[in-house]
Amino acid sequence: MKNWLILAVSALICASLPFYADNYMLRVVTTAVMYVILAQSWNFIGGLAGYPSFATAAFFGLGAYTSAVLQSHHVPLLAAWSAAAVAAVLFAVLIGGAILHLRGHYFAIASLVVAEVLREVINTTPDITGGGMGLNLPVPHGSIAAQAQFFFYAMLILAVMCVATAIVVRDSKLGFGLRCIQQNEDAASILGVNAYAYKTTAFMLSAVFVGVAGAIYASWVHYIEPPDVFDIMLAVKPLVMALLGGVGTLFGPAIGAIVLMTFEELVWRNFLTVHAAVLGVIIVLLVLFLPNGLLPLLRSWLDRLRGHS
Amino acid sequence: MTALLTLQDATRRFGGLNAVDKVSFSVEAGEVLGLIGPNGAGKTTMINLITGVHPATGGRVLFDGRDITHLKPYRIAGLGLARTFQIVQPFPRMTVLENVAAGALFAGGAAHMRDAEAQAREHLRFTGLFESADKPAATLTLAQRKRLELAKSLAMKPRLLMLDEVNAGLNAAEVDDALAMIRRIAERGVTIIVIEHLMKVVLSISQRIVVLHHGQLIADGEPQSVLRDPAVIEAYLGPKYAAAMAAGTMAGGPA
Repeated sequence: MKNWLILAVSALICASLPFYADNYMLRVVTTAVMYVILAQSWNFIGGLAGYPSFATAAFFGLGAYTSAVLQSHHVPLLAAWSAAAVAAVLFAVLIGGAILHLRGHYFAIASLVVAEVLREVINTTPDITGGGMGLNLPVPHGSIAAQAQFFFYAMLILAVMCVATAIVVRDSKLGFGLRCIQQNEDAASILGVNAYAYKTTAFMLSAVFVGVAGAIYASWVHYIEPPDVFDIMLAVKPLVMALLGGVGTLFGPAIGAIVLMTFEELVWRNFLTVHAAVLGVIIVLLVLFLPNGLLPLLRSWLDRLRGHS
Repeated sequence: MTALLTLQDATRRFGGLNAVDKVSFSVEAGEVLGLIGPNGAGKTTMINLITGVHPATGGRVLFDGRDITHLKPYRIAGLGLARTFQIVQPFPRMTVLENVAAGALFAGGAAHMRDAEAQAREHLRFTGLFESADKPAATLTLAQRKRLELAKSLAMKPRLLMLDEVNAGLNAAEVDDALAMIRRIAERGVTIIVIEHLMKVVLSISQRIVVLHHGQLIADGEPQSVLRDPAVIEAYLGPKYAAAMAAGTMAGGPA
């Protein structure tokens, strides 16, 4: 109950943003909300099941291209976005069948390759996808401000759906089984957990919202090209955000996404040239000093405060 | 009585090594069977073979008349075949209660989480871990972890329970407690295979004993007759001792 309240309140606060924020702010927040989706999605496979996936970029790019190609054939916007979800899920099942039996580093590397393969596929099929030239999307009607609001709300609704799914999954048999797998997969199998089915489901959940986010992103920026939507940072940042907020926790990835995006925006604006180095330093500091993330740290502080009062 | 579990020429090969080599035996419903053998005899491989962790490379495994040789471990678990691990395998960052609830939820037929936790509490009371229900499993002592393994398997409502060295590393008093617990489980009608090093344990609770040596079955029978079997004595104590035994110059069997 408490979790639903937190989700509702934060969604309402976000939803009120267009009434007082300028277009720059709205753009930054839309990006932040997109990363909330990516980080929360990563948490299904990386946090709950304990499989460190780098396939986020693959799902994102696949969703973006599915939707973009369909729209270039005059498929309506919402139908194209839905198709992106279907494509991402089917692709997750296919790839999951091939790599989910790998563990630890082996899985991480295999999932990392997936986006690179997709990028090459796009590059070599210019007739359909535009190849390295990229692909233009139809520009929607309406003023610049109206468009910005439309894509902001689209991202926000998707993010709410994603977090709502996370809340449902956490208290379900699926979530419990995934935690068992994360802690000891062999013991989980012996206790009757169908590890393959559970991991595949987690992988599908980690793909579906990311695929749609890619599709919304493509429509939002009007033009996509392989290096943009298959960018490795689309796989690395969600992982860092989840680490920052608290891996496997319910709201940790979202908190991590917002903190990192805020931080990044400030660094980006003020120290353009050392931006990448700062991100690297954050990752190192995280691993060294905050292995459990911000959320568990905050909780233990709160517990201590309560203990003193 | 009917056979609950039957192995027919079950074989497990690792590369050039036959860790389990054409082993055939069966376990009757309600029986307590001891499975013994020297280090490296293939006891744990046998358990892995039956539970589908390392499926047989030859021969067949039948459970209640059904061929389970190539079923996945989770399916075999769902049929009512539970095991404990020689090296305990808890979910370390879950509570003791959650550990046991997992068994009830995924193999014990619990309808939902609350049901599974209610069942788990019963099994914790039975195994004497009730006080520790809300502790993380990682904080338990070895003896408690062994009991947690037992509670987890019981939560699966097993028809056949395989106990892999459930007493290893325990002191004498703890072993007696564990034995009493195993007897009470058997009284509930659960068929049990006890895999053990400690001869005392096996002798005191098994109705029948099978002996493995170099992956092969070398004896199958009543505890006392198995202990007098020259092949068994030779496997445990070497040919010299066996010859002396046969000549009648030494008293007693392997202890």
